[in-house]
Amino acid sequence: MSQFAINLLFVGASFALYIGIAVWARAGSTKDFYVAGGGVHPITNGMATAADWMSAASFISMAGLLASGGYANSTFLMGWTGGYVILAMLLAPYLRKFGKFTVPDFIGDRFYSRTARLVAVICLIVASVTYVIGQMTGAGVAFSRFLEVPNTAGIWIAALIVFLYAVFGGMKGITYTQVAQYVVLIIAYTIPAVFIAMQLTGNPIPMFGMFSTHTESGIPMLTKLNEVVNALGFRDYTADVDNKLNMVLFTLSLMVGTAGLPHVIIRFFTVPKVADARWSAGWALVFIALLYLTAPAVGSMARLNLATTVYPEMAGQVEDYDAAAEQALVYEERPGWIRTWEETGLINFEDKNNDGRVQVYNDSNEEYADIAESRGWEGSELTVNNDILVLANPEIANLPPWVIGLIAAGGIAAALSTAAGLLLAISSAISHDLIKTMINPKISEKGEMLAARISMAGAILVATYLGLNPPGFAAQTVALAFGIAGASLFPALMMGIFSKRINNRGAVAGMLAGLLTTLLYIFTYLGWFFVPETNMLPNTPDSWIFGISPLSFGAIGAMINFAVAFAVASVTEEPPQEIQDLVESVRYPKGAGGAVDH
Amino acid sequence: MADDKSNAAEYWKANVRTIAGCLAVWAFVSYGCAILFRPLLAGIPVGGTDLGFWFAQQGSILTFIVLIFFYAWKMNKLDEKYGLGE
Repeated sequence: MSQFAINLLFVGASFALYIGIAVWARAGSTKDFYVAGGGVHPITNGMATAADWMSAASFISMAGLLASGGYANSTFLMGWTGGYVILAMLLAPYLRKFGKFTVPDFIGDRFYSRTARLVAVICLIVASVTYVIGQMTGAGVAFSRFLEVPNTAGIWIAALIVFLYAVFGGMKGITYTQVAQYVVLIIAYTIPAVFIAMQLTGNPIPMFGMFSTHTESGIPMLTKLNEVVNALGFRDYTADVDNKLNMVLFTLSLMVGTAGLPHVIIRFFTVPKVADARWSAGWALVFIALLYLTAPAVGSMARLNLATTVYPEMAGQVEDYDAAAEQALVYEERPGWIRTWEETGLINFEDKNNDGRVQVYNDSNEEYADIAESRGWEGSELTVNNDILVLANPEIANLPPWVIGLIAAGGIAAALSTAAGLLLAISSAISHDLIKTMINPKISEKGEMLAARISMAGAILVATYLGLNPPGFAAQTVALAFGIAGASLFPALMMGIFSKRINNRGAVAGMLAGLLTTLLYIFTYLGWFFVPETNMLPNTPDSWIFGISPLSFGAIGAMINFAVAFAVASVTEEPPQEIQDLVESVRYPKGAGGAVDH
Repeated sequence: MADDKSNAAEYWKANVRTIAGCLAVWAFVSYGCAILFRPLLAGIPVGGTDLGFWFAQQGSILTFIVLIFFYAWKMNKLDEKYGLGE
């Protein structure tokens, strides 16, 4: 069977599974549609949350980020997992107790304010739409690479599949497809990683292999990697970071952003009890960690593999790295996977010094320039797109064709599961918060159900359109989605639970202050609304205030939100008694009413 | 009613104390061991590099998991003790 047929088989089988689940898990009520009936087992929800959370970026790009950044990019690992700790302790159980359907629901009720609800809806939509564009384009890339269809067709196919189970099944359909998608993506991610860890270190568990001995050279894998990248003019893989303040703030921004993202929070509305919400967060992190503990191993090993492919003499025990550097790969003898990926344009070779060999090194390192010149090198000749590390792993490790088929299905599963979760967050904010609560409170159950389905269909169309024509802000998921969720939604939710004193004015002022300062800081360096050339200051570490990057500002925005909210609330009147009673009631698990029926 | 209220207030205080303890550990492993104190831990070798690197790439994630399960377990005990569980 050809590779194409195998890929088609794997992807087709996974789609059949998702559609089967869609038929089985149809939503009969708005409660089914918004919170999957509220009866999802905590472990099931943990698995669905993991798939909801792990996007095309986690699956495809994370290992590449770690490979290129080494220690410095540990921020993503810690930020995207540490957020679950604060979610589990500061938000999820109480919002579950509150027992309504959406995140703006809580903000609107707790702060007894239409403005607060509206601000929350807008924040939710901007954050989620930015996020979903990346999923649509990610699915498009996976389709075009593995199924040889044009990018555009890939995005339409992805939209159609999501449409089938999200419009009919709502949260119920999404939950159970996410469970299936988690299983597909984690198997797809793990198998190649296990083989690579075995080949490099003899240890079948990637996270242990990363810290054990490199078989060929007899020294620890990371020591070997440091030696090799050093010999090519790069910083040590494990090198420390100078700007610790920015590293701390970036990690914190990712954490509060993670905890404040509505599509993750609403997953915890689907479990039966408050205690389940706490357990479920733990399980979610376990399932996420299976991939996030493997990713750094994949990244570091892929980096070593790539370097020793280009400089085969560097693979074993090396006495003289200079001599090994002279023996670069002859271009005509390059392995098959380089040829495959050259066709996609994600690997590019340019023989700058016309010696027929492939030289890769850090050509922006001025101290290394003399060494490179003495060898007759005229610049690094191979550019490798970071995103291919995971996708090309099976080929690099010479794994059988079915593993490649599995990777194809896994990458698409990661994109679809996150897209569906985001689309539900968007459509429920429209049908429930805008239509049902703000515009037409008298709408019937049936009418709201129809509104929910139409909103979902509309959201899918908009996401598809934006996936096909990505606007400038599409690449700014980290800045926009995490910045807004962290600076605006997370503090409002937390204060709503932990303080009885914060009133409507305080909350609205805080949310707007956090949101606007964060956006202002981002736009200052990245351009107004991300339009190129409109930035007022160059986006370089030298011009950042105290060396704080625009991506790290979400944490500062959150602090501003807290400070402004407390200041404004303390000079205005206390919240009414029924609101203080509401805060009391969300704090205690007993008597969870609302969405529970058991 | 007064008893109920003070009981509930105590439960909430115990919850906040538990959270504070857990978040202290959360901050210590991630911002502390993995970032700020990494130079101090540089002398402790782990598989070809240092302890700080291990915390940044694996140790903190493993600690986070333990923290959430500890919190869930502890809160179940508190729910029961104060009679506020479901």
